[in-house]
Amino acid sequence: MNNGWRHTAKAFRWRRSLWIASLLTPALVVMVLFVLWPLLSAFRLAFYEFNGLQPTGFVGFENFRKVLFETPYSDWTYNALKHNIIAFAALMVFENGTAFLLAYALLKALPGHRIHQVIVFLPVVLSAVIVGFLWKLFLHPLFGLVNQTLALVGIGAIPWLGNESTALGSILFANIWHWLGFPTLVLLAGMQRVSKEVIEAARLDGAGDYVLMTRIIWPLIAPSVTIVTILTFIGSFNWFEIPYVMAGLTGSPGGATDVLGLYFYRTAFGSTTTGIQDFGQGSALAVMMFIIVAGVTAIALRYLRRREIEL
Amino acid sequence: MSATAGSRDRGELLKNGAIQLMLALNAVIMIYPLFVMVMSSFKTNAEIFSSPFAMPSSFSLTNAERVWTETNFVRYLANSVGITTAAVALILLFSTMAAYAVARYQFRLSALVLMFFLSGMTVPLKLAIIPLFIQLDTLGLVDSYAGLVLVYVAMGIPSAVFIMTGFLRTLPRELEESARMDGASEFRIMRSIMLPLARPALVIVAIQNAVPIWNDFFFPLVLITSDDLKTLPQGLTVFVGEFTTDWGVLFTGLTLAALPITLLYIVLSKQFISGITQGAVK
Repeated sequence: MNNGWRHTAKAFRWRRSLWIASLLTPALVVMVLFVLWPLLSAFRLAFYEFNGLQPTGFVGFENFRKVLFETPYSDWTYNALKHNIIAFAALMVFENGTAFLLAYALLKALPGHRIHQVIVFLPVVLSAVIVGFLWKLFLHPLFGLVNQTLALVGIGAIPWLGNESTALGSILFANIWHWLGFPTLVLLAGMQRVSKEVIEAARLDGAGDYVLMTRIIWPLIAPSVTIVTILTFIGSFNWFEIPYVMAGLTGSPGGATDVLGLYFYRTAFGSTTTGIQDFGQGSALAVMMFIIVAGVTAIALRYLRRREIEL
Repeated sequence: MSATAGSRDRGELLKNGAIQLMLALNAVIMIYPLFVMVMSSFKTNAEIFSSPFAMPSSFSLTNAERVWTETNFVRYLANSVGITTAAVALILLFSTMAAYAVARYQFRLSALVLMFFLSGMTVPLKLAIIPLFIQLDTLGLVDSYAGLVLVYVAMGIPSAVFIMTGFLRTLPRELEESARMDGASEFRIMRSIMLPLARPALVIVAIQNAVPIWNDFFFPLVLITSDDLKTLPQGLTVFVGEFTTDWGVLFTGLTLAALPITLLYIVLSKQFISGITQGAVK
């Protein structure tokens, strides 16, 4: 140990740098190989045409032109995009709206509120594949739990997943059942941070529940609302697993449940029905989805943050 | 005076009753489908179709036996356990090392390194699946455990580094200084003094990563093709394809697939909730 004193400052510094570098290396190598490089390539590959796995030549914006302006690709793109937008709107209203009410109910901390928190979050920990198949069975037109229940009150069998008008709504319902606990507990955590004094003061001034909820709680949980909104947006535009499990790779029936995630997967890795497999067009779609998500998130963040600051 | 207070109390009571009713209704909507799933797993097809709301006539394990023997279910389960364990272990190891370097030492590039890791948090790696696939193909890692695990590790590192750096920075500097005075090596200081204190953060990071990895379907779908390498969610799609008309077996498969994580969740619900909402809740 004594010879440690004889180390020159330089040798000491070198050993220290080596130690720090060895701590950082594994994480950096994995990140560069499997995040940074693929991400940069993703943008590059969108400008190439492919033969199988091999890029064969630079084609400029050709892939983008195809998916945006050339039928049938453009029809598929806009059809899928439309469903992502509908999904986002529906989740904001029904999932996050319900979550807000539940969070407010849980905030009261009435007897049993802890067990209710555990219950509402239970489906969140399950795989989307389990949730999707479970609801697919429950929504079966003849033997599913949903129609069997409706039959008790005299409502006839509805082919929930087979009807173009009900299919998207049905898988959105399954999705809400799956995820409801997440926004509920995020909003609850936001509400719990609102100081007790503020709520007490408002109560003493005679504010009822409605005023308290709309005038005090709602504005003060703006940061939580921002994060829930953005996560819902990202989730709606990357939506894949539940539609895949419940409606299949082509978004049946007749594309009524097709979303960008499914369309992207079909384009990139091929589907048995269309037989198209195109890494170039797939990359163009991925880049556009990336730009939509990153762009809207950045804009929304600025807009919603401003709402927070004004308070 | 007392009359108004009394009516106020009554109003409050009524309101609380309505809230409890709403929470109870929600609990039924959340739990009942899962209850039916479990009960149906003991039923025959005929029972499920003709009396969906009734309890099973007997708690027979015939369906479970068929899942166990006639399908690759056990293999899928083992694959999921192995892949999740390996990925979470590597995420904890690599990101704690990196976070320790950033949090406990001052060096020239530290801010830049941290920023590199943090920018990875915003990247939706799913959208880079095409180049990722090509990359893994060149490395010969498509259709292998290693390829899938490495993708998960890459996905987990950014937020893990973020959480661990934040936590490790809060530990008092005096601890390591006095150990250094006593002549302990940097590795000893990290291993025996700092890391034991970081255990709560490690648990959060582990759960935050284990749940989405265990449940993931997208990456196995793209990267794994051999049936013997498939994970549980992916295997479930194979399984459902084979038993489309045998609902008793289907419900049993879903129940068995949901069982491990549900049991863990019931035991560790607090850690699960804070792990999964971590990032959205500050």
